[in-house]
Amino acid sequence: MSKFLKIMATLGVLATPAMSEPLGLGRTALPEEIAAWNLDVSPDGTGLPPGSGDVLTGEEVFAGKCASCHGDFAEGVDNWPKLAGGWDTLARKDPVKTVGSYWPYLSTTWDYVNRSMPFGNAQSLDPDEVYAIVAYILYSNDLVDDDFVLSDQDFAEFEMPNADGFIVDDRMETEFPKWVGEPCMKDCKDSVKVTMRAMVLDVTPEEASAETAEIVVAEAEELVPEPEVASVDPDLVAAGEKVFGKCKACHQVGDGAKNRSGPMLNGVFGREAGAVDGFKYSNPLMAQAEEGLVWNDETLTGFLAAPRSYIKGTKMSFAGLKKDEDIEAVIAYLTTFPDP
Amino acid sequence: MTEVTSRRAFLAQGLVTGAAVTIAGAARSETPDPLITQVQPWAQGLGDGVDASPYGLPIEYEADVIRRNVEWLTADTISSVNFTPIHALDGTITPQGCAFERHHSGAIEIKKEDYRLMINGMVERPLVFTYADLERFPRENHVYFCECAANTGMEWAGAQLNGAQFTHGMIHNMEYTGVPLRTLLEEAGYDTTGKWVFIEGADASSNGRSIPMEKALDDVLVAFKANGEALRKEHGYPVRLVVPGWEGNMWIKWIRRIEVMDGPVESREETSKYTDTLADGISRKWTWAMDAKSVVTSPSPQAPITHGKGPLVISGLAWSGRGAIKRVDVSKDGGKTWETSRLAKPGEKMALTRFYLDTDWDGEEMFLQSRAIDETGYVQPTKTQLREVRGENSVYHNNCIQTWWVRPNGEAENVEVS
Repeated sequence: MSKFLKIMATLGVLATPAMSEPLGLGRTALPEEIAAWNLDVSPDGTGLPPGSGDVLTGEEVFAGKCASCHGDFAEGVDNWPKLAGGWDTLARKDPVKTVGSYWPYLSTTWDYVNRSMPFGNAQSLDPDEVYAIVAYILYSNDLVDDDFVLSDQDFAEFEMPNADGFIVDDRMETEFPKWVGEPCMKDCKDSVKVTMRAMVLDVTPEEASAETAEIVVAEAEELVPEPEVASVDPDLVAAGEKVFGKCKACHQVGDGAKNRSGPMLNGVFGREAGAVDGFKYSNPLMAQAEEGLVWNDETLTGFLAAPRSYIKGTKMSFAGLKKDEDIEAVIAYLTTFPDP
Repeated sequence: MTEVTSRRAFLAQGLVTGAAVTIAGAARSETPDPLITQVQPWAQGLGDGVDASPYGLPIEYEADVIRRNVEWLTADTISSVNFTPIHALDGTITPQGCAFERHHSGAIEIKKEDYRLMINGMVERPLVFTYADLERFPRENHVYFCECAANTGMEWAGAQLNGAQFTHGMIHNMEYTGVPLRTLLEEAGYDTTGKWVFIEGADASSNGRSIPMEKALDDVLVAFKANGEALRKEHGYPVRLVVPGWEGNMWIKWIRRIEVMDGPVESREETSKYTDTLADGISRKWTWAMDAKSVVTSPSPQAPITHGKGPLVISGLAWSGRGAIKRVDVSKDGGKTWETSRLAKPGEKMALTRFYLDTDWDGEEMFLQSRAIDETGYVQPTKTQLREVRGENSVYHNNCIQTWWVRPNGEAENVEVS
């Protein structure tokens, strides 16, 4: 019996909340299991592992693992989150909410980077890398100097600029009393004028009617060619699709695939490198392309195993696939997306 | 006003047939309808056998009743949202297959055999449950709506997206089967001095949220079935959290861990996101409850009137995160006058309520609005009223009254009115 239950029983106050007797289901969580999953970090630093990282190391790690989406200076690429800047914008129209301008606790940044980043390769960073990345994000927000070192020891002392920028939900006090009660039913206003129209803005996605959709389906069925390569192992392709989960954050395949922070990959197998229209490749990759690099089994295997040593200076900030079978599978998967 | 060309050919088609119906009473037809006078193939031949579709999908003629995405909203579809086609549904239960999706790192796949749920922190017995363990606890059934806090968020600055699906479609309403979170907390012997639970998912985003113990013990469910069948993977298969009346982000999918704590974690999802910045730059946090709200789903921009004047069913949905819907009023003139609609059933707590206004349309333009009132007496505000309190920088919790401008040709448009 828990200490709590003992007290309750002694006092004879088994009223609300009435604890029901355990059913004895489940099993005890082992310390190793709790350690593996209990990763959250609280504002006071509870949950932080020992470690440290400095701004310059952070800059290097950030350039390799974060910059393809968040930009070299944490300014954000396309629609990906901006992590730096936005000072004094919170009270203006369209505030820019970054780690520096908005996030109230440093623990949130550490926790999120550690638990969920990089996008598509979560929980791959060691604690020192996380400390270094967080230090660099602070530096890119002009909150620390370039000789700053962040560690578990001094973590809790760090106060974020917008720490006092939050209040607890006050709708019941500020809104509810205004809008409660019997509302007006007749002659509630003199005139009604259109002040804004969605069709003028015209940002709504187009949609096909059921009829068009049917036609598209029918045509697609007619157009599907007999598979030319009968030798692709469906199990291998399925395994490759899973592996491709690591690539999806930056690369698209299939119908409507577009360039993202990486080029779209339809037809990549068998094609010369650096050939997707509209994608800005790194200079080192274009240099290799000019020398005749073609993506085949051998070259893709080499590149995917260690992208940044295979093409030094590539924009692809991916550590590489460690297992040969993963590489084989993902190549098999890519061959199923021919150039349209 | 500039004339805007219709983007929908089917509407024009509908209007041709609809134009004939103009007088009261049943319309007359000049020529016999071949659909009646001639034997149709479906009346003569045979249909599909019973196993044509072991798990059925809607008939092909309903192929446009699907979730849709607004591509420019997010950087890519993995961390993104799509919208329930509420303009084309009726009743209150949302079929799982078209219920909106919101992922932060994609919809993952976990087999039931691989599923584990841990309870740790301030508990007497830190425990690990398998899926099979969960099925051995006493379970309950409840219908609840799940609304993303960002539903209607794109409309803060003004009328933007032209369709109820896009303005109000980050909502679904399902019947859940699950175990009360309270039961699991009791099984682990939670420490009553723990004021919070932190709950996270098994996906890469983890989407962890802190929930006050009072709510955790009240009505939160650890659910594994929706509308009678297993959850879909996009909704958290095999197990998700159901947090009645509170913002959808807290409904952790693929739930893997419950930690009893003495304070909130202040995770990314409860600080940098899902907080509401007011005009002075100060932001509200812990804005969990979804305020009373309603929308006319038909007619609406994607569901125009195609039958001309005469009998018209105006229909819509209403809900409140603070209790049951008591009443819904409808205005046809942009809020000058209001009529009280008919509720299909009495409102249920934290569940969608369907309302109807059975009316006779005179064929003139309408500015259709609906206004929900919940059991607390709270009346759904106008956008102007909301902006007076919150300013224009809010994203989440926009529960304003929506206006559809219905034209004499039956077409409807999302507008903002004075």
